[in-house]
Amino acid sequence: MWRSLRDELHPKGFELVTVGLDTLGDAGCRAFIEAAQPTHPSLIDRHHVLAELFGVINIPSSVWIDEKGMIVRPAEVAPAPPQPASGPRMSMPPDAPQRMIDMMTEAAKIRRDTEGYHAALRDWVAHGADSRFALSPDEVIERSRPRDADKALGHAHFQLATQLEMDGHHAAAVQHFREAHRLVPDSWTFRRQAWSLEKAGPEALARFWQGPDPNAPEAWPYDGDWLSDFRRIGADKYNDPWRP
Amino acid sequence: MLLHSLHISKGAFEAGTGWTLKPEGACKGPVCIPLSRPPSSQSPGDTIDVVQVASDMGMPLVASEEHRLWALGPAVVGTRALVSAEAPDLGLPDVDGNLFNLASLRGQKVLLYAWAPY
Repeated sequence: MWRSLRDELHPKGFELVTVGLDTLGDAGCRAFIEAAQPTHPSLIDRHHVLAELFGVINIPSSVWIDEKGMIVRPAEVAPAPPQPASGPRMSMPPDAPQRMIDMMTEAAKIRRDTEGYHAALRDWVAHGADSRFALSPDEVIERSRPRDADKALGHAHFQLATQLEMDGHHAAAVQHFREAHRLVPDSWTFRRQAWSLEKAGPEALARFWQGPDPNAPEAWPYDGDWLSDFRRIGADKYNDPWRP
Repeated sequence: MLLHSLHISKGAFEAGTGWTLKPEGACKGPVCIPLSRPPSSQSPGDTIDVVQVASDMGMPLVASEEHRLWALGPAVVGTRALVSAEAPDLGLPDVDGNLFNLASLRGQKVLLYAWAPY
């Protein structure tokens, strides 16, 4: 989806750089990257440096950077490019576990301004700094995520957790993921990454299960999970609405 | 940044945090934070005391002492994640482990797209 957009806009001086935020690194991301057959750089971010550097709190998100290396739009929700109406629709197989059906039902409620975002993207590629969608440096800073000492501490806990996980110290990693969740409650990526590392649900769905094993719910080491958190927060508050 | 020691080289600190240690302080873009012990030279090989610099800069330092591992978190300047609209140096590996630098795309418009397989 993004590849055809990228190939169309690349001759006009545009490049797409995808970054997979996954502590499992190439093991987690390779299958998806190879399926996409990218013509653009496809990078791996095991420690979520994009959270610390750009304020990314959910996926998919984007940051726009101009030819001089200036950010013109800070991290925001990035909907996939508009698909033709006849494109394939995702659906669950009939024997899918109830949890997955429930998650898909909730996720379908997420609102995105696909048309607005992609019209803005094309406008920027065509008009550069003259585009009204390219923001001033002050506006870019102002629109980036709020940050305070607690959030900074949360980012440090998260980084530590990712390295501990990579080194095989899962229980220690969980403690630091929990602190990151407590200190940065608005980060979906901090939570989803941690949840995705727990082994629950059928193996093929494990990364997406992101919640307790129904056969052993007391083993779940986190206070929230994808379905509970999504229902508590609500589809309307899942993403900030896109702002031109 | 992740650390295996609390005494690292000036060059490593600068590369890992994006802050440059100068006599006037730790600087990034237009911002400089004073240091109680500014670097005595500009040599990237000089050793710095992470605990002292982190304290001066208000950067959180989290330890996993059992595993001899520390994480140094971002300095907080103002109230936002971004201190400057200048894109930071970003170097990340591709799926085959080859390091790629965002700065290599200077001259093009770039859309940095964060995704995840979960």
